[in-house]
Amino acid sequence: MSKTVPASILSVRDLRIGIGNQSDLLHGVSFDILPGETYGLVGESGSGKSITGLSVLGLLKRPLQVTGGSILFREQDVLKLNKRERRRLRGDRMAMVFQEPMTALNPLATVGRQIAEMFVVHRGLSWAQARLKAVEALETVHVPAPDERARSYPHQLSGGMRQRVMIAIALACRPDLLIADEPTTALDVTVQAEVLKLIAELCQREGTAVLLVSHDLGVIANMCRRVGVMDRGRLVEEQDTRALFETPLHPYTRGLLAARPRLGSRTISERGRLTELDELVADTQRGRDAPTLVTPRGMLAEAGR
Amino acid sequence: MRLRFNLVLGLLLAAIVIIAGVFAAWIAPYHPIIDADLMNSEMPPSWEHWMGTDGQGRDVFSRVLYGAQVSLTVGLVSQLINSCIGTALGVSAGYFGGWWDDLVNGLTNVMLAIPSLVFALAIMAVLGPGLPSLLIALGLTNWSWTCRIARSSTLSLKNQGFVQAAKVAGFGDGNIMRTQILPNIIGPVLVMATLGIGGAVLAEAALSFLGVGIRPPQPSWGNMLTDARELLRAAPWAAVFPGLAIFITVLGFNLLGDGMRDLLDPHMRTRRA
Amino acid sequence: MLRFILRRTLQIIPTLLVVVLIIFVIFSVVPGSFISSLMSEGRNATNADVMAHLNQQFGLDKPLLVRLGDYLWGLAQFDLGISYRTREPVWNVIEPRLWPSIKLALAAMFFAAIIGIPLGFIAALKPGSMIDSGTMMLAISGLSLPEFWFGLLLMYVFALQLGWLPSFGYQADSIRHIILPAIALGVSPMALLARTTRAGVLDVMNADFVRTARAKGLSEPRLVRGHVARNVLVLVLTTLGLQVGSLMGQAIVIEKLFSWPGIGSLLVDSVAARDIPVVQGAVIVIVLWFLVINMLVDVAYAAIDPRIKVT
Repeated sequence: MSKTVPASILSVRDLRIGIGNQSDLLHGVSFDILPGETYGLVGESGSGKSITGLSVLGLLKRPLQVTGGSILFREQDVLKLNKRERRRLRGDRMAMVFQEPMTALNPLATVGRQIAEMFVVHRGLSWAQARLKAVEALETVHVPAPDERARSYPHQLSGGMRQRVMIAIALACRPDLLIADEPTTALDVTVQAEVLKLIAELCQREGTAVLLVSHDLGVIANMCRRVGVMDRGRLVEEQDTRALFETPLHPYTRGLLAARPRLGSRTISERGRLTELDELVADTQRGRDAPTLVTPRGMLAEAGR
Repeated sequence: MRLRFNLVLGLLLAAIVIIAGVFAAWIAPYHPIIDADLMNSEMPPSWEHWMGTDGQGRDVFSRVLYGAQVSLTVGLVSQLINSCIGTALGVSAGYFGGWWDDLVNGLTNVMLAIPSLVFALAIMAVLGPGLPSLLIALGLTNWSWTCRIARSSTLSLKNQGFVQAAKVAGFGDGNIMRTQILPNIIGPVLVMATLGIGGAVLAEAALSFLGVGIRPPQPSWGNMLTDARELLRAAPWAAVFPGLAIFITVLGFNLLGDGMRDLLDPHMRTRRA
Repeated sequence: MLRFILRRTLQIIPTLLVVVLIIFVIFSVVPGSFISSLMSEGRNATNADVMAHLNQQFGLDKPLLVRLGDYLWGLAQFDLGISYRTREPVWNVIEPRLWPSIKLALAAMFFAAIIGIPLGFIAALKPGSMIDSGTMMLAISGLSLPEFWFGLLLMYVFALQLGWLPSFGYQADSIRHIILPAIALGVSPMALLARTTRAGVLDVMNADFVRTARAKGLSEPRLVRGHVARNVLVLVLTTLGLQVGSLMGQAIVIEKLFSWPGIGSLLVDSVAARDIPVVQGAVIVIVLWFLVINMLVDVAYAAIDPRIKVT
């Protein structure tokens, strides 16, 4: 029956994530992504799908940390790599697109420069050469007048355009794996489809595997052949997408399907989700002497001397 | 941990200074003005004079203790005045809005443009030296930040349910400001006042140092430093200890204010809960 | 851009007018007039005729509103009046004091910035570490330090004991004279800058775009240089500007302590001599300095941050 199974590009084995040494956020998650495949991770907010994506890149913020398991990327456990080797993989071989295009780009740098940086860092090009490549990259993601747009600042672009820029950055070095964390959640419905189409088109062309993280079953159904369902830190079900919709095995999946809005309309936007996580992290790092003073009433005041 | 540490250290320092000021008459081994022993002037610290003696043979330790009275009085009273002015202006401006708000806002900006020490100096020039003038000068010149904070929090409170409910229930504006808004902004105002005490103590010392604050022979940490400056080479201890007292007092109230602010900070609070 | 600068410049005028008004009102209720203080100094001005003459000469016999009008009219022509003490135009008294004051403020700020900003950065890169706690303790101590006492200690150690630097005075082309007063004056802005920088860096480090930069595989130095530093600068700039602006006013005591011939010591001396026109002039200059620096900060903002629209 089975022919030779192609080696996975990403193989997550029994991954555990927690605060300190307790794995209380992710309790042993395993899945495989084949080269060129688009794999979906679906679940409600807080199910652990986002931190799974972040941990693959090594972007978990303290106090969150991987507490067990392994992440094999091209048959190499990235958790065993040192910081520097891991950084080299990041952006070059594996890349990420985030949810909020509004805040995910540096407001003080032109988008051209932010794309060009990829070629400078990973390909050793000069800034002048990299700039030309950046314009090409913008063209690839179908940004009109790329030469002019490259000189724009993020705030001058629409949300959809910004997300295209993010995709251009992520795919600049033709990575083997793209992690897309709710790439369309913050966008207008009309723009969502275009951006998804763009990701599918480019990744198919380059043979890039995609880990698509989303709460939106519609998005997953459109993009993925296989899907994993996450609930409270566990992968409760993994199926072919079609089979999942027809014969969901796990009760949680059935509930998720039942709650699905019809005709592609979105229910609750999950905008708050990532920021929740960040606040948790920010809290532990926030200084006791920030010059801005936040009171329980949520007002801001500067404490000047 | 660090948060508590700051608060506790601040409380401790402030408590030391307050005890020193309140019980100065009992603790001080000598009278700060009368006990001038010219035969024993400029003596280094010893068992008899813990902090040495000054140019007129007075005990520096006793004078530092009495100096605490001046500093604390100025710090507490001037901040009380500032807080009242700032809160009254800020709350009413935020609550009523309109031309009154514009006026208060404009005035606050003007007050921020004049360095408070310069302003206080000008007022002292008019009123003449002395404790009452100091209280007025420092009480009238430092309310802008409190006013801003009171105003911005009133603005955000104004449209919240419980204030609206009180309005619908027919409570008067004054009543609503007093019973609904004031209790909710008292925390930040207290923080500003605590931090302001440190500033006022510094300002009092500076003005007295310049000769327009507390005039000798009454001891104030500022004017003790003026005297000490003349004999810096011969009696450096006369300069070290009054300054150290200012430093400890201001540090204490600053730490206290910082610690209180962190307690009020919801971000810190969620981590502890 | 030019229009933006012009508009901000015009916005200074109303604030300045109110300041002038406040100062004018305060000083017109001075109980002891300059003339009586002349007498108390034992000068021979007891004669009522002489007093009337002096009052007339300085226009003090006119009603308050007329005097205010005269003063504002003069101000519009950059005329600050005549000094009671030296009988010179006030501007001639102030002008030679201006440059030393600016020099001291800038030197203090330079000291504050080169120490405070890196300190804040280092502390923020390892939040919660010993370095962080130590730096922040140092910062709050710096904010609590009476700067003239600190100046006095510096004077004792470096001038009197070690003899490395002059203890006071001013020489137009001497760097040695400015070091001690600049450090004494710079400690509190340094502490404030360290705190602001630390908080700013922590804020920016938690921003989404820094996570993006990490995802791009940037090295930590490149990340800090390329994405964090400029964004922090925008946050720090306000503190920096406010400090430079208020430093001329804060310098009063330090100038007096180090016998620095700046606006601050002029102000103190003029207050003591009840030379009201000079006091008014000095206050106006100090306030104007604050307002102009703040305007420059706004302009710098517009230049650094593309999000700020310049119209």
